[in-house]
Amino acid sequence: MEKREDCSVVLFYSTSAAIKAESFAQRSNLEVKLIPVPRNLSSDCGICLLFRNQDKIKIENLLHHEKIEYDSIYPI
Amino acid sequence: MIYLDNAATSYPKPKKVGLAMLDFLEKIGASPGRSAHRLSQEAGRLVYQTRENLAKLFNIDDPLRIVFTMNVTEALNLALQGLLVSGEQVITSSMEHNSVMRPLRELERNGIEVEVIPCSPQGKLDPEDIKKRIRKNTKLIVLNHGSNVIGSISPISEVGDLAREYGVLFLVDAAQTAGCYPLDMKRDKIDLLAFTGHKALFGPPGTGGLILGERVEVKKLIPLKRGGTGSWSEFEEQPDFLPDKYESGTLNAVGLVGLNEGVKFILQEGLEKIRKYELQLTQRLIDGLKEIPGIIIYGEDQIKNRIAVVSFNIRNRLPSEIGLKLDEEYGIMCRVGLHCTPVTHKTIGTFPGGTIRFSLSYFNKIEEIEQTVEGVKKIIEEEKQI
Repeated sequence: MEKREDCSVVLFYSTSAAIKAESFAQRSNLEVKLIPVPRNLSSDCGICLLFRNQDKIKIENLLHHEKIEYDSIYPI
Repeated sequence: MIYLDNAATSYPKPKKVGLAMLDFLEKIGASPGRSAHRLSQEAGRLVYQTRENLAKLFNIDDPLRIVFTMNVTEALNLALQGLLVSGEQVITSSMEHNSVMRPLRELERNGIEVEVIPCSPQGKLDPEDIKKRIRKNTKLIVLNHGSNVIGSISPISEVGDLAREYGVLFLVDAAQTAGCYPLDMKRDKIDLLAFTGHKALFGPPGTGGLILGERVEVKKLIPLKRGGTGSWSEFEEQPDFLPDKYESGTLNAVGLVGLNEGVKFILQEGLEKIRKYELQLTQRLIDGLKEIPGIIIYGEDQIKNRIAVVSFNIRNRLPSEIGLKLDEEYGIMCRVGLHCTPVTHKTIGTFPGGTIRFSLSYFNKIEEIEQTVEGVKKIIEEEKQI
């Protein structure tokens, strides 16, 4: 995931939800990474899930299917 | 040394419990859910894994509906104090531990109606008796699943059906059954399940939780405490989502890592196998004690209606004196007295003297049970010779 311009992040309300999403994404063999929430997106001290833009639909489906509550998805 | 006080705290634990805790302290150590660095994330992942394994064990869909607490007492307090509002009624039984009875007696002073359903001296609860007491303002039924004194088991499935039928919430105190008796939140129709980590789940003390079923509205359950959660940090108000709403302050990650290994051990061994072995031990203990003249055993005759907890008395002898002799002369550790539940002892007719309680675990050996029976026999014979 070297080229960050090809990536987006999912922002969550709780870090537990972020970790839950990470674990399901890894089980689906999607390349993801937990990173600090970028300052321009939120003033929160939490973590968000970085993923490749090409996997966006898969990530959205996974969040929906596993009923993981999230705040929003932003390109970075 | 024979340890028969597993209903208080289980000992020993599976080897991996302590090893994983040491490994966590040495190699990870950080706060889960607080910072974004790799060690904090790793701590968070392990805590999440613990939720997942517990979700598997109790058959729930969303691991984030597990709220971690210090123990079952805190979980029960969260449920009772967080749900009940003045003018509402709560139904419970005469087999409850003080971890339910004391919060309820306090709530009673604040205008909540507490209805205690009497059980038989064997600890049997008739669900029909609950049905008769359900009223318009009944909010909650709270029941002890397995008695910590006589090992009797409550008919939770039947009561769960009743609760659904009348639109009442159902809280189960699984202090003595989580980890050694099948519990399924869906099948048993449990709305709130309170458990502790340090008994049959083989975790360390300082771990436990409350699981919220789908019928529990997070909006309507008030937290016991408020504070930092690592989320929503821009706001001075408590978050309203799970599990953060109820998990303020740094979690006991090292303890939860230990609990995770305890739960994994149970999932690997299989609950049926654990249950079967514990019943064999219990049967042997009861059969052995029954043969000794002057012994009174309390609770159910039918072994299948029991967990591995056996209470008894010896005619004309004080439980405290027997407990001391068992420990000092035979190295057998048990618990005597009232076991934090005066209402149970009133129900079974042993208040205020109490009983001698042996509580077993999957790690006890059949030889230990035989030695224990021999020990009790000798204590009675000694007395006769004097």
